Amino acid sequence: MMRGGYIELAHGGGGQLTSELLDEVILPAVGGQQPDKLTDAAVFETAGKAAFTTDTFVIRPLEFPGGDIGKLAVCGTVNDLAVCGATPRYLSLALVLREGLEIDLLRRVLASAAAEARDAGVTIVTGDTKVVERDACDGMIINTAGIGEILPGARLGFERIRAGDRVLLSGPPGEHAIAVMSRRERLSFSSEVVSDCCSIHRPALELVERLGERVRFMRDPTRGGLAATLTEIAEATGRDVEIDESAIPVNRAAEAAAEMLGLDLLSAANEGKLVAVVAEDAAEQAREMLAGHEISARAAVIGTVGAAGGLVEMITRVGGRRVIQKPYGEQLPRIC
Amino acid sequence: MVKAVAELCEKIHDTVARLDDTQPVRIMEVCGTHTMSVARNGLRSLLPEPLRLISGPGCPVCVTDQSYIDSAVALAKRPGVIVATYGDMVRVPGRSGSLADARAAGGEVEVVYSADQAVELARDNPDSRVVFLGVGFETTAPGTALAVKRASEEDVRNFSVFTAHKLIVPAMRALLSSPDIRIDGFLCPGHVSVILGWGAYESLVKEFSAPCVVAGFDPAQILSGIAEILRQLEAGESAACSVYPAVTREGNRRAMELLDEVFVADPAVWRALGKIPDSGLELRDEYARFDAARQLDLPESESYELPGCRCGDVICGRCRPRDCGLFGTQCTPREPVGPCMVSSEGACAAAYKYEAPAAATER
Ligand code: SF4
Repeated sequence: MMRGGYIELAHGGGGQLTSELLDEVILPAVGGQQPDKLTDAAVFETAGKAAFTTDTFVIRPLEFPGGDIGKLAVCGTVNDLAVCGATPRYLSLALVLREGLEIDLLRRVLASAAAEARDAGVTIVTGDTKVVERDACDGMIINTAGIGEILPGARLGFERIRAGDRVLLSGPPGEHAIAVMSRRERLSFSSEVVSDCCSIHRPALELVERLGERVRFMRDPTRGGLAATLTEIAEATGRDVEIDESAIPVNRAAEAAAEMLGLDLLSAANEGKLVAVVAEDAAEQAREMLAGHEISARAAVIGTVGAAGGLVEMITRVGGRRVIQKPYGEQLPRIC
Repeated sequence: MVKAVAELCEKIHDTVARLDDTQPVRIMEVCGTHTMSVARNGLRSLLPEPLRLISGPGCPVCVTDQSYIDSAVALAKRPGVIVATYGDMVRVPGRSGSLADARAAGGEVEVVYSADQAVELARDNPDSRVVFLGVGFETTAPGTALAVKRASEEDVRNFSVFTAHKLIVPAMRALLSSPDIRIDGFLCPGHVSVILGWGAYESLVKEFSAPCVVAGFDPAQILSGIAEILRQLEAGESAACSVYPAVTREGNRRAMELLDEVFVADPAVWRALGKIPDSGLELRDEYARFDAARQLDLPESESYELPGCRCGDVICGRCRPRDCGLFGTQCTPREPVGPCMVSSEGACAAAYKYEAPAAATER
């Protein structure tokens, strides 16, 4: 039986406490899919071309409205695979735990990672646990790497984007950033905003499966938000992108919170959104497909790829014109 | 709203066409929130060419003198001191770096959203001195006043305020008095005016015959304000008034009384505008024990301009952000040289973020 309610340095020492932590906390939560297998590396088969990605997750607070670091770590890697046109298959999960971390919190985080993996249809096949001293990190850090199988019809890349292509967004931008910020700063006025943290592979892969090469490019706009993804498209293709602000779906509560804080929702992080560039004649179909999934029910065609230029321009809700710039660093709330 | 905006734009175009001035009409939006809203909504692209919207001194961080920044940074470096500040101040560069640099070097700097949070911080850290940077106009000053009163009532001895609070009307007067600055009318700030009341601008109108119109922050409000200023100019009138329904002539008496209870007006140093009489708020003697300036023997800091930075000219309407030689090259939001690029309400930040590089518009 596990003693005490907190992680100790000895939990990472490789001895009996490590085994207890593994057997009683970690494996029951995330090992269920590959029972009893504690080999040094996972062995599996893949069909055809594969995609491989990795990401490390740090977030404060570890639990936030709409998710936690465990769910985030699974969704993040699943989404990175999905936007390459790959069906996510296998994940690794490596934990860096801070001495003093509540074991109950760890259990909750792992349970939510496992639930998300099950739901997304990926198997956690290997993992690792380290414990670090109190000052070395904030609670815990999770790294996930993922392997996915590329769909046969996927032809995605900046170089495939053409003038006239349409830009789609799967839902209101900025919800994750506002949810986390409001929890972090204990702001009551934005408490109703929930993070969009979720796996977007189903809608994303449906686009590729059904529209084939008419889907040119996909991205999950995380840090830097929609603005970062759009400016990247403009830079990489050397083309202008024109966005219609009135077409961008809005979460009113997030908008009100952003307004008060002086934050720009377009540059705010998302964790469950999809930006897709598709051929003009596939735009409406693509929107309908996305709208058929609950997590992208509010999908919209928000813009058009234009001529050479490399600038993202926005027609504002009132008909004015302005540019969207590449976001810079951390956004700071304003004074009044 | 789109229809209202289209109608207002038409009205503005018509009025400007009828005003057969040889010079462009110069309207100053006093407040940083207006500056931001104008840029974010692309309003300049909807206005006629001979109408210039110029940004004014209403961005609290931008008008704060360099000497204050230096003192705040010095405070943050003192052991046992926690500097509590609104986020906008953190990256303003001073002679020996910014508050962010001080934090990186081990100083304690906490971002708060209200003065009250700073009092909480003091309660939670009884062994440290928490110094709140009281920056802002009549909008944030009442919050500071309440915090000081609370600290006094609850005897939170390790809390103090380093005040740079300012009053907006004296700055507008200073601008109108400058011989080299021409302003045809003021678009007055909504939030500040909720507290001040539009009556506060009547003395300016009387003295200088410049229309002073209060407007809210959405595009329709801003355009209504501009349309009203133009109407007055065409009719040869000048009056203080408000198109923002939340603003009364008297303003918020309670807030004003609160300010009066805790603060007393004194001369304050503004960036570029220099020392303006009765334009700052200092804590009354009754609250001297919460006054960081009197309690912590601050190092003497002098006023100066950041080399190459034209923030001073920008906030006085003498030049536009793009006229500054550092704009977009040495000075960007990532590595800001001056406060107008740091602040989320600064005119340089607005221009950088929302205006196309090629469209270095004359407007
Ligand atoms: S661009 Fe930078 S250096 Fe120039 S005036 Fe603005 S803030 Fe100052």
